[in-house]
Amino acid sequence: MSSLFTYTLRIADSSLILGQRMSEWCSKSPTLEEDIAMSNISLDMFGQANGFYQYAAQLDGLKSADELAFRRNEREFFNHQLVEQENGNFGNSIVRNFLHDTFNFLFYTQLANSKDETLSALAIKSLKEVKYHLRHSSNWLVRLGDGTEESNAKTQVALNELWMYTDEIFEMDALDTELFNEGIAVDNSALKSDWDTMVNNTLEKAKLTRPEDEYMATGGKKGLHTEYLGFILSEMQYLQRAYPNAKW
Amino acid sequence: MNEIKFQERIDAEKKIEPKDWMPDAYRKHLIRQISQHAHSEIIGMQPEGNWITRAPSLRAKMILLAKVQDEAGHGLYLYSACETLGISREELVQQLHDGKAKYSSIFNYPTLSWADMGAVGWLVDGAAIVNQVSLQRTSYGPYSRGMVKICKEESFHQRQGYEIMAEMAKGTPEQKAMAQDALDRFWWPSIMMFGPQDSDSPRTGNAMKWKIKRQTNDDLRQDFINKTVGQAELIGLTIPDPDLKWNEQRGHYDFGEMDWDEFWSVVNGNGPCNKQRLAHHKKAHDEGQWVRDAAKAYAKKQELVAN
Amino acid sequence: MAENATVWEVFIQSKNGLAHKHAGNVHADDKVMALENARELYTRRNEGSCIWVVKSEYIVSSETEDSEAFFDPSNDKMYRHPTFYTMPEGSKHI
Repeated sequence: MSSLFTYTLRIADSSLILGQRMSEWCSKSPTLEEDIAMSNISLDMFGQANGFYQYAAQLDGLKSADELAFRRNEREFFNHQLVEQENGNFGNSIVRNFLHDTFNFLFYTQLANSKDETLSALAIKSLKEVKYHLRHSSNWLVRLGDGTEESNAKTQVALNELWMYTDEIFEMDALDTELFNEGIAVDNSALKSDWDTMVNNTLEKAKLTRPEDEYMATGGKKGLHTEYLGFILSEMQYLQRAYPNAKW
Repeated sequence: MNEIKFQERIDAEKKIEPKDWMPDAYRKHLIRQISQHAHSEIIGMQPEGNWITRAPSLRAKMILLAKVQDEAGHGLYLYSACETLGISREELVQQLHDGKAKYSSIFNYPTLSWADMGAVGWLVDGAAIVNQVSLQRTSYGPYSRGMVKICKEESFHQRQGYEIMAEMAKGTPEQKAMAQDALDRFWWPSIMMFGPQDSDSPRTGNAMKWKIKRQTNDDLRQDFINKTVGQAELIGLTIPDPDLKWNEQRGHYDFGEMDWDEFWSVVNGNGPCNKQRLAHHKKAHDEGQWVRDAAKAYAKKQELVAN
Repeated sequence: MAENATVWEVFIQSKNGLAHKHAGNVHADDKVMALENARELYTRRNEGSCIWVVKSEYIVSSETEDSEAFFDPSNDKMYRHPTFYTMPEGSKHI
């Protein structure tokens, strides 16, 4: 497997898993308007995933985009652990999305400059969507943080619990470094300071307290995940696994 | 005097708009019909949404999600049209939760396999299209405009379903069996979506007189059956009605007796999913209360700051 | 008892240069949310290049030719939303 293939897969996987989580909100959101918004975001994420999987499939030359999404097992997925965290209450999802959207915004802004034309094009397209996602999650974070006492409390709890997944997203492993040196990949670690500024800014508006860095999770790039991913994949891949020879 | 002028407008195919005088019974009839139509769209998201997370390909997943999202949108257009009659969405939702308002009983059936996504899209959306195309000419302006918008979006829904059925019918033996099974379970409930036979439908008289309804239940049902039989034959699936036969004289398909006991049973609350559908809706509503409260509280704070 | 949400009328300009057209309404608590909800609901199929939202209570309508609309005073609101009415604190079932 080429480095570029794996790099592309990582991005695709995070998009797919977040899309899957967001699709779980369908018919369950606090308002109908929000139901549509959550579905739109989910559709955007699946669209991004599809774009990156198509490219990965091209690079691989053996498996199709669908095979990459539906026939790999839990140790072969490279998404950030942050995106596989459960939806929980609406506030939990907003916090999770906000933390990841902020990263995505900065990440795609850089990836748009990639020497790899396809990655660059995908990044430019995704950035338009992510700007909207970030706006959505930021606005909601502020509404919930600065809404009622109850909403502030619930959102703070979510923030405290999800904080441990915000370190992994800035990691650079050997593969990242190799591709960064070729002008293809993004320096994730260089995004941290802007991410901090943006997050701190919004947290302040939302009257939420930034948690301390304590134990920070890691492992997504190595295919090490939380126990959630197994269940997500079982559900998502069921039909393709149960009917391996069928075309859908 | 008002009644006469009102009926003249109706007879002249003029639209009635929110500010116009209307008989109280007309207003009440519309509120009931539009709100139940809206509730149906929203409740329908549940059986259809049931397979989003398990859709068997990226494309299928996105299409299904877009479709179900459209249903939410349709519900919103209809609530919006209904609100012009002097009732709030909150009141309408309360009526739904209290069991005072109904929704299309087709959604009280479970979606048990992926093929059900095909059957529902093809048959249920198909039946809805027949009904909604007719309603585009309804006399109440906001409802009519809502229907035009909905019809534009609905045809992709039916195509999505029919495509699934067609692909499965020519797929593996297991896929074909799954598709046939879905058709077997959804055929009769789909044709019963058009409601009781005209002879058993007391509200039809006024609805037709006021041009709220443009065609009767039986006419719409016949239209749907005529359109659909050929579609099933084309993809090699069998409609589970041994009495289905082309009648040259009538120029329509003859079809078998519907099970009205089952129909009324489900309409009156005793279908496989009635309790579940309402419980799901209530749960989402209740669990979202703190979010709606927060948004309101935040908005109030901003207003205070602005002033 | 939850209050009714604020209703906003939505006007969409489908293409640059064209007039905004009334599309329907959305519920939202603030103008940012109203714009976003309008975008979600009414522009999924590239139907919009610009969105206006206006609180329904601010719409003023002219009379129709049937001025025997005998419940309506002139300068009536276009829509009959119960949200325009303030009910006494503690009132129920209304």
